[in-house]
Amino acid sequence: MTTRQRLLVLLVVILVVATGSTAYALAELRRSRDLSSRPPSVPTATQSALTGPRLVFRHTGLDQEYGVVAEVPLSDPGGARTFTGLSCDRVDATATAASCLRTKRGVVTTFQQLDLDADWKQVGQEGLPGIPSRTRLSADGTLAASTSFVAGHSYMTAGFSTATEIHQVGGGRSYGNLEGFALYLHGKRSTPSDRNIWGVTFAPDDDTFYVTVATGGATYLARGDLAKRTLTTIADKVECPSLSPDGTRIAFKEKVDHANGTWWTPAVLDLATMSRTVLTGETRNVDDQIAWLDDDTLLYGLARADEAGVTDVWSLDAKVAAKPQLYVEQAWSPAVIR
Amino acid sequence: MYLSLSDRPASAANRARGRTARPRVARLVVTLGVVSLLTDISSESVSAILPLYLTSVVGLSTVAYGFVDGLYQGVSALVRIAGGWVADKSGRPQQVALAGYGLSMLARVALLFAGGVASISTVISADRIGKGLRTAPRDSMITAASDPAHLGRSFGVHRALDTVGAAIGPLLAFLILWGIPDGYHTVLVVSLGFAVLGVVVLGLFVPRDAGGVRRHEPLHWREALTRPMLRLLLVAGFLALLTVGDGFVYLALLNSTDAAAQWFPVLYVGTNIVYLALAVPLGRLADRVGRTRVLVLGHLPLAGAYLAACVATGLPGALAALGLLGTFYACTDGVLAAVAARTVPDELRTSGIACAQTVVALARMGASIGFGVLWFAIGPQQALVLVAGGLALAVGAGAVVLRIGPSRQQDAT
Repeated sequence: MTTRQRLLVLLVVILVVATGSTAYALAELRRSRDLSSRPPSVPTATQSALTGPRLVFRHTGLDQEYGVVAEVPLSDPGGARTFTGLSCDRVDATATAASCLRTKRGVVTTFQQLDLDADWKQVGQEGLPGIPSRTRLSADGTLAASTSFVAGHSYMTAGFSTATEIHQVGGGRSYGNLEGFALYLHGKRSTPSDRNIWGVTFAPDDDTFYVTVATGGATYLARGDLAKRTLTTIADKVECPSLSPDGTRIAFKEKVDHANGTWWTPAVLDLATMSRTVLTGETRNVDDQIAWLDDDTLLYGLARADEAGVTDVWSLDAKVAAKPQLYVEQAWSPAVIR
Repeated sequence: MYLSLSDRPASAANRARGRTARPRVARLVVTLGVVSLLTDISSESVSAILPLYLTSVVGLSTVAYGFVDGLYQGVSALVRIAGGWVADKSGRPQQVALAGYGLSMLARVALLFAGGVASISTVISADRIGKGLRTAPRDSMITAASDPAHLGRSFGVHRALDTVGAAIGPLLAFLILWGIPDGYHTVLVVSLGFAVLGVVVLGLFVPRDAGGVRRHEPLHWREALTRPMLRLLLVAGFLALLTVGDGFVYLALLNSTDAAAQWFPVLYVGTNIVYLALAVPLGRLADRVGRTRVLVLGHLPLAGAYLAACVATGLPGALAALGLLGTFYACTDGVLAAVAARTVPDELRTSGIACAQTVVALARMGASIGFGVLWFAIGPQQALVLVAGGLALAVGAGAVVLRIGPSRQQDAT
């Protein structure tokens, strides 16, 4: 081939590539525009704010409200939803406060944790070092915890880790990254380099909390003490703990052997007897920090297999053979305000 | 007589020529730089969105991805040696490079359709294997096309173009997502387009026999392990054992400045800008004062970056750490290939480059693992200071082993 011919071939390839990707981008742009002007397919309410017992969640319908935090009354979870106008990837809320983890897209994407008051007004803000994963408030809304994934960029090969921190809502004291807490593994002080910590749940005393600690390929349930800055493991194989409203049990996801690789099944641990019940009535893969609707019922989000980005919140009685029920459709990150 | 690394201009005449009328950078070097630029636009635009795409669209647990990522870094390093050996054996580095770029391109196609943990890790590993295959043959072709007196500059030009691509990629991904908020697939399609262009430019404009060496006898692995090469492996490998992942520097900055969390994802951009700016000037400097010297002494800025990261308070400290880190890359990344290429017989050039790059990559992986232990055992600050001190000593020892001290002038013959 002569240089002329080569340049000609290159030109043709450039044209084909440019035309093809432009056509694809334009079609996607049209689809995206349609989406962002489409009203929700679920009933919506027009009143400005909801009070009383309610469920707060992230709306995931493919429409103009995608990602926006919404509320429904607990008395009618399938009924009309009220939108707050705030977009979050993960949300938790109590009667007095809310915590929102969100992604800020930019040339380089950054991540934030917002503290909000009962009227969804921002009262504090912190940067997150990675992709939002979990957030939880204490029952009285004074403490907030966040977990984010610090995924290694290809240029920085420290690899993957989680960052979990706790702070007082509204810009008060920060307890910092929980990796800085003293870890007691099986009763012995331990400083493994590969430890990862995620998924905080608070006890009502605003000092005790529970969290997952992973090291050496194993996961543990640890009890944390904010004042003493300690983490003490109390059980094996517990991920993303969630304390029941009466404080007696912990709901979590348990990793089980499965043909499709990583697979989590919801389970409940009784803190008094340390006996665990795996809720095998749920056969799907549950990758969420479970929330308690009441002392007998669990809530968690599941992605739809056939619709990317759309999720639903399911409820499950905390009993062995209980079958999951659809609780709120097009929803994610459920938080119960009692 | 000291048989030190023959990485310096061989004769005074050569040097004089270099000073007065600097020859143009070979067209092939620029072409390969353009191939890398296009490929880096492709791979870095995907890297920028991959964690978000996997978690928000595919619904993959990031834990699984992080594990896979670490695993394949190792695979990539080992494939590199195989790529180098095949390139030398066949005398056709262009075709091995083409296979590597092609494999990564096919991985881009597959990524469009991959939906589960297994399929996505397969695709990512194919991409990494492709990267492992192509690197040494490409650097071998750069060496063959360059005037030996200006090899450092050639690599500087190539790495600068490469880094431009790495900067454009995330920017492009951002622009697409800015226009199309959920346009992850559009980013993947555009990324595939740039990968195709890279492969086509390589196939069309890099001659099939580029970098090939005529040989008369069968090749033996052993011949690549010349004494200068062994010495280089010893020194570069030892220094790499004290080169902990950049991630730790960023984490230290994150720890020392409380408000830095939101800057965490952009820190590597600062490092890249400095690398981009200094790649050519430091490549030239290496040609002038000795490439081995720049390679070894280039670890001093790294030690400086470690110190800056643990005493850093606020923006100035962070900027100093990033600047020093970028300087370290500009001193060492391209220069390592340039030095390695000149320590082995020409017909084993690709294997030599691959060998040096693999030893350094594996040693750095080991360093990061070991440093992780130290980080928690004695604390981040102390660990960084310790490694910085170790590096300073190692640079001194390396200077002795490679005989690149001030008395180097007399050693030249």
